[in-house]
Amino acid sequence: MSLATRSLPRTIGAHAILLTYTAIALFPVILVIMNSFKSRAGIFGAPLTPPTPKTFDLIGYTTVFGQGDFIHYFQDSLVVTVASLFFVLLFGAMAGFALSEYRFRGNTMMGLYLALGIMIPIRLGTVAILQLMVASGLVNTLTALILVYTAQGLPLAIFILSEFMKQVSDDLKNAGRIDGLSEYTIFFRLVLPLVRPSMATVAVFTMIPIWNDLWFPLILAPSEETKTVTLGAQLFLGQFVTNWNAILAALSLAILPVLILYVIFSRQLIRGITSGAVK
Amino acid sequence: MAVETRPKRPIRWHIGVFLAPAVLVYTAIMILPLFGTLQLSLFRNIDQSQVFVGLGNFRTLFGDPNWSVNFWNALRNNVWFFIIHMLVQNPIGILLAALLSSPRLRFTAFYRTAIFVPTILSFVIVGFAWKLILSPIWGVAPHLMDFVGLKSFFTPWLGKEQYALTALSLISVWQFVGIPMMLIYAALLSIPDEVIEAAECDGVTGMAQFWKIKLPLILPSIGIISILTFVGNFNAFDLIYTAQGALAGPNYSTDILGTFLYRAFFGFQLQVGDPNMGAAIATIMFLIILAGVCVYLFLVQTRLRRYQF
Repeated sequence: MSLATRSLPRTIGAHAILLTYTAIALFPVILVIMNSFKSRAGIFGAPLTPPTPKTFDLIGYTTVFGQGDFIHYFQDSLVVTVASLFFVLLFGAMAGFALSEYRFRGNTMMGLYLALGIMIPIRLGTVAILQLMVASGLVNTLTALILVYTAQGLPLAIFILSEFMKQVSDDLKNAGRIDGLSEYTIFFRLVLPLVRPSMATVAVFTMIPIWNDLWFPLILAPSEETKTVTLGAQLFLGQFVTNWNAILAALSLAILPVLILYVIFSRQLIRGITSGAVK
Repeated sequence: MAVETRPKRPIRWHIGVFLAPAVLVYTAIMILPLFGTLQLSLFRNIDQSQVFVGLGNFRTLFGDPNWSVNFWNALRNNVWFFIIHMLVQNPIGILLAALLSSPRLRFTAFYRTAIFVPTILSFVIVGFAWKLILSPIWGVAPHLMDFVGLKSFFTPWLGKEQYALTALSLISVWQFVGIPMMLIYAALLSIPDEVIEAAECDGVTGMAQFWKIKLPLILPSIGIISILTFVGNFNAFDLIYTAQGALAGPNYSTDILGTFLYRAFFGFQLQVGDPNMGAAIATIMFLIILAGVCVYLFLVQTRLRRYQF
């Protein structure tokens, strides 16, 4: 019990600091979304007030939907993110299971080898990755991005998932073996369902950098058909530097899906971080 | 209980099957290209063919004024970028985490969630949103500074050589403060209650408790956020690219290794792209990051482990 340490001024002080920082963190986001619903005069006349009936205007959004091919970019981003996520989770869980379940020669070395990628960013290999993709004809395809993001996400996924799989009861797996289940069945039927919560954590960790990445779409898949939302927004914003309505609307459109996903998954994400899985 | 004896050690194919996909993808797309890049940095394209030049590319990078001026500038800027993160982002993160972890404080879930929001946004959004806010055309920043009587201090920070890099570093700090906050918060929560109670019995409370008891216990986490910041900063690219473009203006004042690599690799206005020089820069970045990770692993980690439970 720490009753002695809690005093009213201290609590008020803590709330004051946290509230101030929350305001700093949210202010730019709120400002952009708020102003995206205003007319040009409203944006410049009173940037800090919420849209009133007088200044309310959707001109920015109509421009964005008229000009940019955002729906298409969304699809590309979605395909890339979901496919990479699927492979990261599947391959990551399989490798994590092998590392945590079986004692075999080279187990530790393999673990270290796979963990290397947590610290060394895949971006440093870009020059050779591009050559590889050119050689295999995968430039300007979503496959290239999916492959790269799968490789990028695997090290951390394997690391976290193998930690969690160590906690799955050995008795359960051995009971399965006695009943004659194959190792594959044990993995897919017994272990995977039990680590589902940690899979969700890994999913969130893996998803955010993939969705937000600009480097690889810019280098590996800049064509119109394969543009992701991040790259599309970047180019769109570059073209419309002077059309503030369109810029603010495009920014809001880019923020909203991430924000909605975040609100849905934030508990998972925060629990994942604070459970100490990421050490 | 009779333990069923399985036939002893045939080749356990399933281990290979479980490991193969991850190892293959990881090796083919990550490890081999990484070494491929290191190898490319030793070659140069002369008359359409790759010629081995040893450390020639590095000599060009460090010595040839066409390259070295930009290279040293990018490296200096990158170091400054990192220093700002260490001095601003991590202390703020620790402060917020310390406040959040105070017992029976209300609304912590709300604060945590809200302060983490910028971290999930893409660089494109962050870069552009701040560009708009700091823009003298819109006038949000001067307007806000007017409230606190500091309007006279406003200048278009992103457009001035002496301020632009610091401004961008602070924007990046704003975006990523959630990560140290969360990791330190987790570390603080995992301190056993008995330790805190024992401290309280000895009359160590409040600030003294934080400095003398909690801080030494979270040092390993501070080591981790430092190395994460280091790797992230020396690998940064997106924010500078979205806010200032590939030329990292004004006048290269915000150029860091990531943008320099991009220009060297792909070329820009006056210069054609050169994969070999790009590979050389990537190699330098690799060595810098590797050195940082090694320092962390050998020095910090072994020394700090004593405090872990």
